[in-house]
Amino acid sequence: MSEVLALPAHKDEAWRYADLEALAALWPLPDAEAVVVPANGAFARAVVQDAGGVTRLNLTLERGARAAVHVLNTGAVFGRVELAVTLHEGADFTLGAAQLGGGEATLEVVATVRHAEPGATSRQVVRSVLAGRATGTCLARVEVAKGAVGTDAVQSIRAMLLDRTATANAKPELEIFADDVKCAHGCAVGELDPAGLFYMASRGIAPAEAKKLMLQAFIAEAFVGAQAEERLLALALHALGALV
Amino acid sequence: MLQIHNLHATVADKPILKGLSLTINAGEVHAIMGPNGAGKSTLGYTLGGRPGYDVTGGEVLFCGQDLLALAPHERAAAGLFLGFQYPVEIPGVSFVQFLREAANAQRRHRGEEPLSGGEFLKLAREKAALLRMDMDMLKRPVNVGFSGGEKKRAEMVQMGILAPRLAILDETDSGLDIDALRICGEGIEAIMRKPDKAVLLITHYQRLLDYVKPDFVHVLAGGRIVRTGGPELALELEEQGYEAVAA
Ligand SMILES: Nc1ncnc2c1ncn2[C@@H]1O[C@H](COP(=O)(O)OP(=O)(O)OP(=O)(O)O)[C@@H](O)[C@H]1O
Ligand SMILES: [Mg+2]
Repeated sequence: MSEVLALPAHKDEAWRYADLEALAALWPLPDAEAVVVPANGAFARAVVQDAGGVTRLNLTLERGARAAVHVLNTGAVFGRVELAVTLHEGADFTLGAAQLGGGEATLEVVATVRHAEPGATSRQVVRSVLAGRATGTCLARVEVAKGAVGTDAVQSIRAMLLDRTATANAKPELEIFADDVKCAHGCAVGELDPAGLFYMASRGIAPAEAKKLMLQAFIAEAFVGAQAEERLLALALHALGALV
Repeated sequence: MLQIHNLHATVADKPILKGLSLTINAGEVHAIMGPNGAGKSTLGYTLGGRPGYDVTGGEVLFCGQDLLALAPHERAAAGLFLGFQYPVEIPGVSFVQFLREAANAQRRHRGEEPLSGGEFLKLAREKAALLRMDMDMLKRPVNVGFSGGEKKRAEMVQMGILAPRLAILDETDSGLDIDALRICGEGIEAIMRKPDKAVLLITHYQRLLDYVKPDFVHVLAGGRIVRTGGPELALELEEQGYEAVAA
């Protein structure tokens, strides 16, 4: 309960890159929504946070349950999506998130996926596109508990900076206390390929359209297989239009 | 159609084109040959407007307009096509999507109606068939995983779809096998041999010129055209090399 009382500081790891001034206006945060997906059940959620704010979701997947959470985090000031997920035996979890920001926006995805029991699988795909003086952060943590053998966890975190003044923070973390687990994580921060942009221009595609085409492909990876894939892509494309 | 007058250009502050002049009229096919590093690709990129290729002098008129004043995508809409020596891979964007976007962007720029999905696919199928390229390849991401020769063939499919007025083809023949060379050569003839179109072929070898017979052959060396002749010049070069012919 004490965490609800005191505003976090940048020294708190999970709030290191947050916009604390914007956070103060939202404080105290409501409790996280808690969802238990029963054994062998399925759960899907699309979170579209386009006006800032903090969304918090705690998921518990019972034995053999499956869940997919897809996030589109845009908005002008501070937008944060927090997920805490616990996986029981054989459960399967997917997080696909895109955050698109320009101006002074601070956007964050903070996710902890805990493999509590054997044989669970998880994949987290986070794509950020940042322009202007925006900051995009992804703190994605995988914890594999003692005895959670046969865990298969994948994290792929990538950011694209459209301006040199934008910032991406990517921190994939693995904490493994079990044997026989398969964990892969990668993170990369890049810029749009100038050779590709010229190639597109040489075929008649104007710079903004060329950037949109490339970025669309980049963020589409986050939404592959989502129930709301088309809607999320359409909304993302619209948000991209304001950035390029 | 294209008048280049005393063109000077630098790449990374290094002068590469040093007073190049060249006139290409509608209905003509020109070939440029020249030693490695002479500035042939630089000429193509400079005409295409590639960032980093800075014009430091001279002028270029394309169909009566100041080409150098146009942005790269506007040059394409005006009818300029650049076939790349090294076509670029664009992950995640399919050829179909890319080319439909490109064709319609050009059409909109010229005040023409965009093609519908059906119309575009029909056109793409027709040009892919002309170059004997499997339509399924155009569903793949742009150039990703294509072999060197497949990339060159795909460049010609793109040229067919975009129907330019002037095509500058930078070593389109390199990387092509014997059959593909003939198919691409015949493709260039079918697409570009028209009274209102013109071609500038950049090549090292006579073999492409057997299929696409040039009206003029130029030797580019040291950033300038140092010699111009008819088709026989290419044969002479092949036999004697640049040092003897362009000295
Ligand atoms: N980015 C660059 N920085 C410095 N020099 C460059 C750069 N790009 C090209 N050059 C130089 O410009 C010169 C001309 O290159 P260009 O590619 O136009 O030659 P080319 O005639 O097309 O040669 P090839 O027959 O080998 O294709 C070369 O000496 C090359 O090293
Ligand atoms: Mg070259």
